[in-house]
Amino acid sequence: MQLPLFPEAASAIASSVDYLYFYLTAVSIVMTALIFAAVFFFALKYRRKSEDEVPAPIHGSLKLEIAWSVLPFLVMLTFFWWGAQIFFANASPPPDAMDIYAVGKQWMWKIQYPEGQREINELHVPINRPVKITLASEDVIHSFFIPAFRVKHDVVPGRYDIMWFTATKPGRYHLFCAEYCGTEHSGMVGWVTVMTESDYENWLAGSGVEGTMAQQGERLFGQLGCATCHQLEQQGRGPILRGIYGSRIQLQNGQTVLADDAYIRESILNPNARLVAGYRTDVMPTFQGQITEEQLLQLVVYIKSLAVQGAAPVSEQSAATPGGAAATTENPNTGGKK
Amino acid sequence: MSTVLQHPEAVETPNYLNQEYGWKSWLFTKDHKRIAVLYIISITVMFFIGGIFASLIRVELLTPQGDLVNSDTYNKFFTMHGIVMVFFFLIPSIPATLGNFFVPMMIGAKDLAFPRINLLSWYIYIAGAAFALAAIVLGGVDTGWTFYTPFSSTYSNTFVITAAVGVFIAGFSSILTGLNFIVTVHKMRAPGMTWGRLPLFVWANYATSLIQVLGTPVVAITLALVGLERAFHIGIFDPAIGGDPILFQHMFWFYSHPAVYIMILPGMGVISELVTCFSRKGVFGYPFVAGSSLGIAIIGFLVWGHHMFVTGMSMYASLYFSLLSFLVAVPSAIKVFNWTATMFRGSISFDTPMLYAFGFIGLFTIGGLTGLFLATLGVDVHVTDTYFVVAHFHYVMVGGMVLAYLGGMHFWWPKISGRLYPEGWAKFACLLVFAGFNLTFFPQFILGYLGQPRRYHAYAPEFQVLNVMSTAGASILGLGYVIPLIYFLWSMKYGPKAGNNPWRATGLEWTTTSPPPTYNFETTPIVTEEAYSYHTQKETHVG
Repeated sequence: MQLPLFPEAASAIASSVDYLYFYLTAVSIVMTALIFAAVFFFALKYRRKSEDEVPAPIHGSLKLEIAWSVLPFLVMLTFFWWGAQIFFANASPPPDAMDIYAVGKQWMWKIQYPEGQREINELHVPINRPVKITLASEDVIHSFFIPAFRVKHDVVPGRYDIMWFTATKPGRYHLFCAEYCGTEHSGMVGWVTVMTESDYENWLAGSGVEGTMAQQGERLFGQLGCATCHQLEQQGRGPILRGIYGSRIQLQNGQTVLADDAYIRESILNPNARLVAGYRTDVMPTFQGQITEEQLLQLVVYIKSLAVQGAAPVSEQSAATPGGAAATTENPNTGGKK
Repeated sequence: MSTVLQHPEAVETPNYLNQEYGWKSWLFTKDHKRIAVLYIISITVMFFIGGIFASLIRVELLTPQGDLVNSDTYNKFFTMHGIVMVFFFLIPSIPATLGNFFVPMMIGAKDLAFPRINLLSWYIYIAGAAFALAAIVLGGVDTGWTFYTPFSSTYSNTFVITAAVGVFIAGFSSILTGLNFIVTVHKMRAPGMTWGRLPLFVWANYATSLIQVLGTPVVAITLALVGLERAFHIGIFDPAIGGDPILFQHMFWFYSHPAVYIMILPGMGVISELVTCFSRKGVFGYPFVAGSSLGIAIIGFLVWGHHMFVTGMSMYASLYFSLLSFLVAVPSAIKVFNWTATMFRGSISFDTPMLYAFGFIGLFTIGGLTGLFLATLGVDVHVTDTYFVVAHFHYVMVGGMVLAYLGGMHFWWPKISGRLYPEGWAKFACLLVFAGFNLTFFPQFILGYLGQPRRYHAYAPEFQVLNVMSTAGASILGLGYVIPLIYFLWSMKYGPKAGNNPWRATGLEWTTTSPPPTYNFETTPIVTEEAYSYHTQKETHVG
């Protein structure tokens, strides 16, 4: 019979969250014990001894009121400060974090790796390397929750959410959907496998791929006809996409915007929302409802891969993994779609 | 047995219960006491309906596999448990019953300011409840009581609109009750009943009424928009048609967090009455206990974002909501400390209502302290949406509010019915409730930190032992709820007569006969003392 009482701590932040939790628990136990003790003590010591006894009134004490308002609040400020520190320290991933992409869909997690592997309800990560997960939802709000890592982030449809962690202990850990999402919510669970660096490289090499994510995105780029207007070298009807990722774009309305994942996603689904200066509205059709969130992520990764000025198209680069160069297998997600 | 007790009807004085007979005299009554009784019956029915869903949930969770019912059915169980308990039991529970009955009596008034509106509010409640029950009978709702979008607005194919209409309608009942209380407390106080002499139960209901009037319209608007989006795809919340699902959460919690205080503040008011009466001593720090109710009502409107720390809300917004959530804990702590201090050098008796007050202080303390975990940003990320949250709010809502409701019901039952309940059975049931409650919900704190998400039909096998404990506790808790129902009904016919003031309590409601006459007092009382003046109380005989 299993009876775990405390979760495993398998990420870099897990024990810092646990220490704060222990501190909160300790203060709570002390406070509860004090109040219980006072209630029990008063109840016994001052129990009614005769039916007619009437105790003398005590109206109160300003000093006590101030003390038991201010002192607990000061203690609470330590909770606040410590909790905020952990929260802020873990808010943004470090720049060297490796990318993994996760899409929540009723009722499964679809994971994509930049090297091209794809999995359902399984996430493989190497030990001791910061991992940044870009989260997208195909339908309703989900929440990506790995208890052993003490991390959780809602996956809100219509945008990208970011979470990150550094796994510190090899093993298999629960992955849960924590935001109620419909019928099989409790079946939207999977496993996170934390591996040593070399095991991870072997795993990447061993799983079959259809080209890197950028290559998959490049294929889509062609299939969807994007390349007709967005040419790589010469000016077409749309902006040249080489080198735009991560740059600031001058918009039609005079503002500028950072060309990040969110902006690229928005420009594909709702091209007129923030139009680049010098281009006409209503030239580009919307792709809302025509491509999946996984395909969108592939396109984003492809455009990101063009960020380096003068880089060759990804299909000409040698793939990161064996088998990656053979970009012949048809992408099941785009089969029949154009 | 004396023959006098066998035939109490023979000596019954005229009162609100025997003034008129027949169903019309109840359904068309404008007497706040009769309307309170109508509410007691209605919310008791709703409580047991919600309780049946709770039992079904706990039976399903005996095993890790989802094997008793299918997932859709399970999701409907917890949704309907939540909707029925929150909107049709907890929110009206104390204000509409004990508040309706005793707020006018405690300030020396003949009735509420607007008796017809009071009756109207009950009919509106019944209409809302009818929609909610219709949603259940037609096939149920599966959105969770929180109706999160875009699941509720686009994806769920259950009776969302029917249930939302029910909640929408019931909201107006809540608004009207609140409005009635505010006007009554301002305009109907007896001569000498100054604001500084108001019993704390009145202060608590007054503060609650402010939240009801200011907050409820927002949830009504929010649910109306969900309904409109479902019906006409107007694009408020669903990002696929241009909406923002997080907007729903802001709007929903802007009401539903203050609603938590609608649920707990009146309970705190009850506890203030119980602790003073059974310590036979004025409350320690009256202005602070009264003022903290208003403090909770005001700050309670500024903390809703603490439900949303993992939604990707701005970090700085999270910082603000975290800080204010700690601030709102201060007035609650003030109350607990003052109740404890009230017992100091008191004359403490262990009648059933006081046992419930002890239970409340203990369980509410745990519920409040675990709320601090959820206000702490770094910890909330891990425990939000897990069973830790479920345990926390049940400690506040059940350990707090339901215990206060039961304690208040026992305290005032002699006044409401004119009869005494069997003390031995009452103590036994109180013990069952306390023990069963802790066994049900304490393991859920551990489950939550372990990572079991809430609203899971099937769960990881290693969580089973704690879930079995929880289900065992729920069985005891359920028994603890049924016993009082039986002996309260029994006491109406067979209970000994209570007399005017069986507890030797202060307060105007105890100066009149039990049950009270239709207009409460023979002559309008004149108040010359502050509340809880036990040391100058003249009447010392037991009723």
